[in-house]
Amino acid sequence: MEILGLGLGMVLLFIGFGLLIGVLFGFFGMGGSFLVTPALLVMGYPTRVAVGSGLAFVFGTSVIATLKHRDMGQVDYKLGVLMIAGTTAGIEAGKEIVIHLESLGMAGSIISVTYVFLLGGIGAFVTYEALKGGGGGGIDHDQADAEVDDDDIPEIAKKIQSYRVPPMMSLRGGVSVSLWLILAVAFVTGLLSGFLGVGGGFIRMPALFYLIGVPVPIAVGTDLFEIVFSGGLGSFLYAMDGGVDLSIVVPLLAGSAFGARIGSAATSIVDEDEIKVYFGLMLLGGALAVAVREIGNVYGIEVLNTVSLVLILGSALMVSGAVVYSSVTALREESQSSSPA
Amino acid sequence: MVDLAAVAAGGANSVDAAVLIGVVLLEAVLLYIGYGAVEQVFGHRVVDRLKGE
Repeated sequence: MEILGLGLGMVLLFIGFGLLIGVLFGFFGMGGSFLVTPALLVMGYPTRVAVGSGLAFVFGTSVIATLKHRDMGQVDYKLGVLMIAGTTAGIEAGKEIVIHLESLGMAGSIISVTYVFLLGGIGAFVTYEALKGGGGGGIDHDQADAEVDDDDIPEIAKKIQSYRVPPMMSLRGGVSVSLWLILAVAFVTGLLSGFLGVGGGFIRMPALFYLIGVPVPIAVGTDLFEIVFSGGLGSFLYAMDGGVDLSIVVPLLAGSAFGARIGSAATSIVDEDEIKVYFGLMLLGGALAVAVREIGNVYGIEVLNTVSLVLILGSALMVSGAVVYSSVTALREESQSSSPA
Repeated sequence: MVDLAAVAAGGANSVDAAVLIGVVLLEAVLLYIGYGAVEQVFGHRVVDRLKGE
């Protein structure tokens, strides 16, 4: 039996894979191109199709996850639009740096080393911050516009918020930040995104929380809102070059649409510090996987590419499983604490 | 009419590419609505079951 030119087994595999990625995407606002493109490459798809179809899938999943986060009041559209403006300029600047490095013949090695250190560095920082944090519980969505507790705002964000360069922008959660500082953060995250050639969710989500100071669920929702535009534009450009294969995108999206609902809903159930710990562990797993792949490329060890993919998929499976487990545990605890003694 | 298979097979003008991305967007919205309806019908029962009630 064939669906869209694919055997039933492959269709089910893509749906299952999409479900896994959807949970991570809805929960963290990242993880799409990070997981799909390498997997498609290992499955033998041409690079153009792997990247283009990965982007189209990220676009579709981000639409679903953003709609779900919107329902829960977790998207700051004003911040999202400002981030899109700053990020777009940053991506262009990042691309120019890559072109310059390519002309010097140094692009590949510098980008790989930066990627590993950035991924690992953000992962270690977020995990450390979350582990030393004092908990706090999920977000009350009925009070999404209520002011954030001062203790919940990271020190760096407090410092950034203290620079009152007009015009000041009021954001969700009672956060007030200078327009110029938002654009500067967006530009730098875009620059890194363009330089590394990645979607940038793993840079933007922590930047929104640690640098601008918006609560984690709103950082995830706003990040996803931005990915709708970047993913849409990217997949459109690849589609013009015949790089989008619907037989890949349709089943992946069918699985991820369900997973994204689970992941998005979990952000309101799972403790905020737990979200950060999982996010950090996911990035550390990714950094290790990229490092292994690069070592394989440098020394021509083919098998390390597969080891890298297994590491990425393994950490994705472990973290999405932990997200689901934590959600169920939190629901049970909530049920027990609300039931009469 | 836009031939999606031809578009996916290689090379397309901007209108064809836009239609292809439109198909992805349409699928995403339909899945969102469809799974939303399923969640409305079964969501509470599943959550109650997970809570052990």
